[in-house]
Amino acid sequence: LVFTEEDKYGLYSNLLFKYFLAEGIVCGHDLFVASAKEHPDNILKELPAPLLDDTCGKELGDEAAAVKSEDFQDSMKIAWRYQNLPKMETSPTTYTKFGHYYDVSKKMSPELCQSVKWHSFYLHEEMSLEPKMKTWNMNSGYARLLQSIQRIISQEGFDGSDPQKKQRNVLRIGIQSLGSVLWGDDVCCSDAPEDPHSLTKFLYVLRGLLRKSLSACIITVPAHLMQNKAIMERVTNLSDTVVGLESFIGSERETNPLYKDYHGLVHVHQIPRLNSLICDVSDTKDLAFRLKRKQFTIE
Amino acid sequence: QGQFTLLRDTRTDGSFLVHHFLSFYLRAGCKVCFVALLQSFSHYNIVAQKLGVSLAAAKERGQLVFLEGLKSCLDLLFGEEEQPEQPSPLQFLSCRELRALFDFVRASLAPADGHAWKGPVLLLDDLSLLLSLGAAPVAVLDFIHYCRVSVCCQLKGNVVVLVHSNEDSEDEENELVVNSLCHHSDLILWAQGLATGFCKDVHGQIKIIKRLSLRQAAEQDVVQIYQYKIQDRNVTFFAPGLSAAVL
Repeated sequence: LVFTEEDKYGLYSNLLFKYFLAEGIVCGHDLFVASAKEHPDNILKELPAPLLDDTCGKELGDEAAAVKSEDFQDSMKIAWRYQNLPKMETSPTTYTKFGHYYDVSKKMSPELCQSVKWHSFYLHEEMSLEPKMKTWNMNSGYARLLQSIQRIISQEGFDGSDPQKKQRNVLRIGIQSLGSVLWGDDVCCSDAPEDPHSLTKFLYVLRGLLRKSLSACIITVPAHLMQNKAIMERVTNLSDTVVGLESFIGSERETNPLYKDYHGLVHVHQIPRLNSLICDVSDTKDLAFRLKRKQFTIE
Repeated sequence: QGQFTLLRDTRTDGSFLVHHFLSFYLRAGCKVCFVALLQSFSHYNIVAQKLGVSLAAAKERGQLVFLEGLKSCLDLLFGEEEQPEQPSPLQFLSCRELRALFDFVRASLAPADGHAWKGPVLLLDDLSLLLSLGAAPVAVLDFIHYCRVSVCCQLKGNVVVLVHSNEDSEDEENELVVNSLCHHSDLILWAQGLATGFCKDVHGQIKIIKRLSLRQAAEQDVVQIYQYKIQDRNVTFFAPGLSAAVL
């Protein structure tokens, strides 16, 4: 369960959200997109186009051609950015490709978008609450979303319930701006919310659904609007990974010469410690991001 | 015997202590009731195997009663209509009452015919979560009190509970629960992240507080501080400033 604290205007967290979904399409995963703000159909029309093998060469210039040399493994050490260039020779290297690269100035083609099965949940178009769910004691928007996710997981066999299914696939769930007023929750506009437990209960049930199925989920939350910090602490404890994006727009850091090449900071608040006593902590803790015309980079 | 141990973490993840106590008590031959609210059974099982214990086998022979909170929650919300005689221990999700959870604990550790295990143990990971799920602080403290009376006093067993606490926390309910529990604990193991931030060789500091003053009025609490490093199958402890990297 990846929890992203949105930057002030939601610009960059939205981009990260789209990257997650785009990566799902390129990997052939099923998608489930939920929002109370934008219709999921529109979100899916705005995904960045992947930098696929043949276009990559043209995009990244002649340097790319030079990299496709015999000594593939050596060149990788210097030109790691070209990881997704085609391997012409079948080298027995242990090199693995992790993730794909995208061009944010281009939109993903409709054909590629349609190549996977996707499910959408747009709050304002959803059916009303089932009677049983009234006993859950939770915000109805969240309850409906949970019911919808559970139904897809069960029907499509992501929980292993269908032994007949030959190829098991992963379900990528993206939930936009959870906790915002549009979901019918006032955690983001009041420091004494009417129902302070709805959001945390929602996350707990979602966590249960994720643990019991082949799925991963990214949630963005306008954390900067939350006045009740206690809820943020609880939400962090309920998530596996917590990342915060802080944009420099309108802040004094915008003019700080130290940050002149960047648009904001990435704060990794928490990483998961799953199935092990140890966790995978990286050596770099200070991360910043920048958005150029074609690429979003974190370094 | 009859001890209440509080595991506490600040600025770090104290779950390694939970894994330790779980395998420790199982190896000692105790009957364990583990209320695991935040992680799946397989997570604990995989780590326990690294520590030399099989949770699946312990469950099989009746030594371990494992409440997998995440799974029970799904059964409660998406499953069939529950029987009124057998309320789900996770009932507090809808009704904010922790009675059913306590009844579950008591039933799990009640002396059974047949096997005589060495003393019952209640292990809970983690208590702070109950507040997030709608339980009131007073209800949580009552629940713990009932567990102490039942497990520590009546059954002469031990209770080990993990809570999270942040410095400068704004979660007043959690701070209330944590402070109250500290006062009533026999032993407190407090894992703290280093004030100076992350370090590769020292993952944190642990403060061990033996609350001798709880039982004997004239006694002073004994406080020991160690630093630790977590490895794949082990945690090493050393005196502050004496990590292997420094020496």
